[in-house]
Amino acid sequence: MAAVPQVPMRRRAAWLVVAAVAALASGWSAKALAERSSTADEYARLKPSRFEDAHRIISIIPATTEMLFAMGAGDRLVAVGSYDRFPAAVEQLPRVGALLDPNVERILSLRPDLVILYGTQSDLRTQLDRARVAYFPYVHRGLPDITATIRALGDRVGVAAAATGLADAIDKQLGDVRARVAGAARPKTLLVFGRETGTLRNIEASGGVGFLHDMLEAAGGVDVLADLKQQSVTLSTEVVLARAPEVIIELRYARGDTTAASDLRAWNALASVPAVKNRRVLLLQGEEFVVPGPRVGAATERMARALHPERFK
Amino acid sequence: MTIAGFGALTLVVCVAAPLVGATAIHLSRVFDRTIPFADNVDAQVFFVARLPRVLAAILVGSSLAVAGVVFQAFLRNPLASPDTLGLSTGATLGAVIVITFHIDTAVLGISAVPIASFLGAAIALGIVYAMSIARRHGTSTTVLLLAGVALSAFFGALNRLIQVLGDFTDTFRSIRWMMGSLDVGSYTDVVVSFVPIAAALVAVATLPRVLDLVSLGAAAAESRGVDVRRAERLALVSASVLTGSAVSLGGPIPFVGIIVPHIVRLIVGADHRLVLPAAALFGGTFLVLCDLLARTVFGAGGMPVGAVTALLGGPFFLWLLFRRFR
Repeated sequence: MAAVPQVPMRRRAAWLVVAAVAALASGWSAKALAERSSTADEYARLKPSRFEDAHRIISIIPATTEMLFAMGAGDRLVAVGSYDRFPAAVEQLPRVGALLDPNVERILSLRPDLVILYGTQSDLRTQLDRARVAYFPYVHRGLPDITATIRALGDRVGVAAAATGLADAIDKQLGDVRARVAGAARPKTLLVFGRETGTLRNIEASGGVGFLHDMLEAAGGVDVLADLKQQSVTLSTEVVLARAPEVIIELRYARGDTTAASDLRAWNALASVPAVKNRRVLLLQGEEFVVPGPRVGAATERMARALHPERFK
Repeated sequence: MTIAGFGALTLVVCVAAPLVGATAIHLSRVFDRTIPFADNVDAQVFFVARLPRVLAAILVGSSLAVAGVVFQAFLRNPLASPDTLGLSTGATLGAVIVITFHIDTAVLGISAVPIASFLGAAIALGIVYAMSIARRHGTSTTVLLLAGVALSAFFGALNRLIQVLGDFTDTFRSIRWMMGSLDVGSYTDVVVSFVPIAAALVAVATLPRVLDLVSLGAAAAESRGVDVRRAERLALVSASVLTGSAVSLGGPIPFVGIIVPHIVRLIVGADHRLVLPAAALFGGTFLVLCDLLARTVFGAGGMPVGAVTALLGGPFFLWLLFRRFR
């Protein structure tokens, strides 16, 4: 039997660290691959034809609530989630919690025939399975997934024609925006959707996947973080300086936020960034920027108007 | 390893840390006065992004480590930490309230989040202080510990309740804040935090002998002429100010306040004349190193420094333990 070479303790420890890091990295890769499978494929697996049309619907997701109203099925909603704000009619509906705190008792007491929930809410799914209540799992990813969701949801609740019309209208709206900005110089853009007021701490920006990234690309910008395959990235000021965006778009979506415009001054600390130097730090306000629903076409057009005002004269 | 050794390590790490990062910079360009600052990316990376971050890491790391030493000695409990009496949770509650209810307007260039966070810690301190005054002579520190645990649980519950009331984006921002961040982006926050931290460190510097005696028990300390109740109040207030300032500056960064004191004791022994300065130096150095890893190794998105402190410090502490006791 060949003698086993003695590996020094330190070297073994180093290999353990390498193995741990590799394991973490492989986990991330698997997650990234999983995110690439399309929403349309997943909805196809739901086989909507085996369900009855839904008439007592609970939607705990703002995007799908908006979709139902936009496809003319808003009157079938019997309750919505805690975070639903649009359209105004949702204010009259009961609330049943949201992603982290769905109120199962309240949901069941409303006798829904369909609950639209987040795909990650496995506990809620199990409880609805036990209660024999049908559900529609929602996942938000890229821009094409929004219209795929609209089509699948319309099919599921029995308003397929209206849903197809809505999805086609959104696709057309996005196509028009792309056509308007086609051929224009595409500025390197940083799309920020959160930071601490008055400072540049905890900057949250759109990474290289997701509907915000897709909206930016459709609006004629080049995502300065396109290589980071995450929907959101927490950025340091150093990365902003190094990436040197030509435009910074800051999204604000809190209602009644009156300080947003003056708060853009915080960016002046990064004077060498071209966007700051050339006064191209832009503010876009509205909750439609963070709700991947039917207003996504209009939101993309607003983004395009900010990036390429000359194309919308 | 002596205090001089810790000092040398701190000096080397603090000088080197601003020079290293995800972006390559040239020192000659950083200090080149012929290039206007507004056009000098290297200088901005150094002075705007990295230097305030390193300074914040030193302040936060030192404060948490020293607060940990004081709490562990006075409560005579090796598991005590800056969060034991609910101070970190109080500070977190302040930040979460401001974020969730959208009252995070900047005041004189300082975000309201750290201000509210400090106020939250101050309220927790007020309650703890009142309890320490109300405490009768001879009462076990267990009472104070239990009260701290209850206060921490109460503030934690309020945190969760407020997050449920907020929008999902507010919840996301709150969670991000709770992960800790030293990317302060300006010197204002660092300077504002430095004042109370420096005052508290000066107060703690008078305590090494008292801490040595109190560690043996209140009765033993009193028999040697120590006014235990007075010393306890000074220690509690100082350690609480350190905790509140640190959390308001960097968020609730875990691990430093509980493990760094133990690491330091394994190296220099139990004498608080050595433990206190060593904890201040090593706590700061440790957090600078963790933040360096957080902003370089994990790509452009970086990693929350709080995750790195436990990833790096946990195995290091275990290694020290095994080496000591094998």
